[in-house]
Amino acid sequence: MGGELVFGVHGASAGYDGRPVLHDVDLEVRRGECVALMGRSGAGKSTLLGLLYDQMPHEIALVPQAAALVKPLSVFHNVFMGRLDRHSTAYNLRNLVWPAKHEIAQVADVLADVELAEKIRTPASTLSGGQQQRVSVARALYNGRPVLLGDEPVSALDIVQGAVILQLLRARHETLVLVLHDIGLALQHADRIIVLEHGRKIIDQPATDLKARDLVGHFGGVG
Amino acid sequence: MTGLTYARASLLLLGAALASLLVADIAVTALNPWADLRRIVVGIVTPDLRAIDLWAVIWTLAFAVVGVALGSASGFLLAIFYPRSKVIRRFAVVIRSVHELFWALLLIQVFGIGPLTGVLAIALPYAGIFAKVYAEMIEEADLAAVRVLPVGTSAVSAFAFARLPEVAERFKTYTLYRLECGMRSTLVLGFIGLPTIGFHLESYFKQGRYAQAAALLGAFYVLIGTRRLWARPATVPFLIIFSLWALPESIGGGSAWVNMIRFLGHDIVPWPLRQGHLLDPATWAALANWFWAIFTTKIIPGTWQTLVLSQIALVAAGALALALFPLVSRTFLGLAGQTAGRVMLVVVRSTPEYMLAYVLLQVIGPSMLPAIIALALHNGGIIGYLLGRHADGLEQRRDAPRGLNLYAFEAVPRMYGQFLAYILYRWEIIVRESAIFGILGVGTLGFHIDGAISELRFDVAVVLIAASVALCVGIDWLSRRLRKSLKIATLPTRLAEAAGAHGLAPAGGTR
Repeated sequence: MGGELVFGVHGASAGYDGRPVLHDVDLEVRRGECVALMGRSGAGKSTLLGLLYDQMPHEIALVPQAAALVKPLSVFHNVFMGRLDRHSTAYNLRNLVWPAKHEIAQVADVLADVELAEKIRTPASTLSGGQQQRVSVARALYNGRPVLLGDEPVSALDIVQGAVILQLLRARHETLVLVLHDIGLALQHADRIIVLEHGRKIIDQPATDLKARDLVGHFGGVG
Repeated sequence: MTGLTYARASLLLLGAALASLLVADIAVTALNPWADLRRIVVGIVTPDLRAIDLWAVIWTLAFAVVGVALGSASGFLLAIFYPRSKVIRRFAVVIRSVHELFWALLLIQVFGIGPLTGVLAIALPYAGIFAKVYAEMIEEADLAAVRVLPVGTSAVSAFAFARLPEVAERFKTYTLYRLECGMRSTLVLGFIGLPTIGFHLESYFKQGRYAQAAALLGAFYVLIGTRRLWARPATVPFLIIFSLWALPESIGGGSAWVNMIRFLGHDIVPWPLRQGHLLDPATWAALANWFWAIFTTKIIPGTWQTLVLSQIALVAAGALALALFPLVSRTFLGLAGQTAGRVMLVVVRSTPEYMLAYVLLQVIGPSMLPAIIALALHNGGIIGYLLGRHADGLEQRRDAPRGLNLYAFEAVPRMYGQFLAYILYRWEIIVRESAIFGILGVGTLGFHIDGAISELRFDVAVVLIAASVALCVGIDWLSRRLRKSLKIATLPTRLAEAAGAHGLAPAGGTR
């Protein structure tokens, strides 16, 4: 594989309350790659994502599992939050109370990409689950850091919308690690697929070498 | 058998209350209580509207607005450090454990009877309460968004974007509700001389002019009942400016600075230390004797009486709440219950228990009875109202029983954990109020504190106030221990948040 190493874990083990979640997992992610993490719930995907995040938080835009929006604030504010670290506190507070025109314009551009431009002034609390997830994606896009970590970033969207969002994320971010549930989406959008089972890595192959039936067996026979 | 069960905890509290009844001084000593009661009723139905002193009403409002604003602003600052700093937590506990009446009695010595005394007497204990409640609200808030903020976001930006919006609504509701409490508190401060509604009420009650008292109190009810109309986020700045302008002039008292130095450097220094030489062992022996005398003649009997009074009041309030809640619940009485609930809420919210005890004292005569009735009515009303809301929030199966069967087989058993949580939560509040009622002549700690202050023995008063703080802190600790061993750890719903709700989800006890 071409690019230089971005980050990775070697022999990673982790656990909660003495209950092991990850066993001796090796993972290297290279610049320009899009890696899909798959596996049943409880297999350790989110834990692995957390370990990767901790390695270089300054380089990462995050799409967390729950949309994690601040519900009482507008969609604009929730997306604007993706860049709070780039401005002075005073400027941030000013935009909290009275958003600047060009900030609104920039946020509106990102929202247009996820087809939510008309919701910019809507409070996040009134959005549907799928809309909230797209706002969460927009926040990561607006954040714009080169590495994107997404924990089921399209789980609340239908297949067509999910594909559009994944394409968008790939186009805007250099390196991606995404937890995905949908086998079709993973095969179509990821370069490499990793399957975890009971905290161990059991598959790590280029997506082109895999077929849907190779993966189906690891999801409790669904499909 | 491990730990405490609901039944055991209830029997324990009940047993302690029955034992307290045996030693409590409860008697109707007035010669003709019914005559007085009749005059009160006549007064209520024929209020004398000319008695409404506009400035007294304005000043009651002004003291409350400025005091609560100051308390909430300082409480907010304290709340930011509250979870991290033990010193801040201790400080908040101490300032909120001293009742506003005690604060006022002390502050009068420094600032005289004036605006600063009234404002600070509210602001100080309220800052301690705000610090705790704001900190709890911040802790309970949904903070998922904080973790997604880009690394490097400044602390202030993170707070303003990800935390504050989540808690702003609850802060607002709670703070405006506290304004009502502040108005009740300022009314009561009138009983010790501040020029609020309470000042006039006290003299009307004393003279038996109930028609005048009823009119003035009615004006206060209207003020509280219409609070939602005039106290909104948009009007708050104007309220504060108006209140600052309207606050009365200070009456006498001389230089606050000189008073403060005299008060802190002389008045509250224990008397033996003022008299003797600090290097003389005899001075310290005298100090020990001085303290021992206070301990045996005032703290022990005062604490005992406070506990006796509060225990009876606690159980009476609980019994009243259990009897009352179906009457204010939609589930049991439909629309009538809903209406009754609203009326009761306004009455309970607006009637200061101190004033209630004062009136009952006029009617029944001096004993513990007026204080018990006042505390039971006030706290029983509040808990009953909250239980009514919880009853309306209970999921009922479609073939659920009705009436008394619903009460005995569904409502009470399902809400009993909640009920105990409320009782234990209000325990400390009842003890604090019980101490205060000493000012009315019951032998609780407040009786001795009031006595010491009127004899100008502030050193003694400060020791006694410290004792009342220690008692409240001890009860709070015990209450938390009990709630923990009963596994009712979740915080009970605050009255402020129950007021708007139709039905509350049952929280707390899971057994």
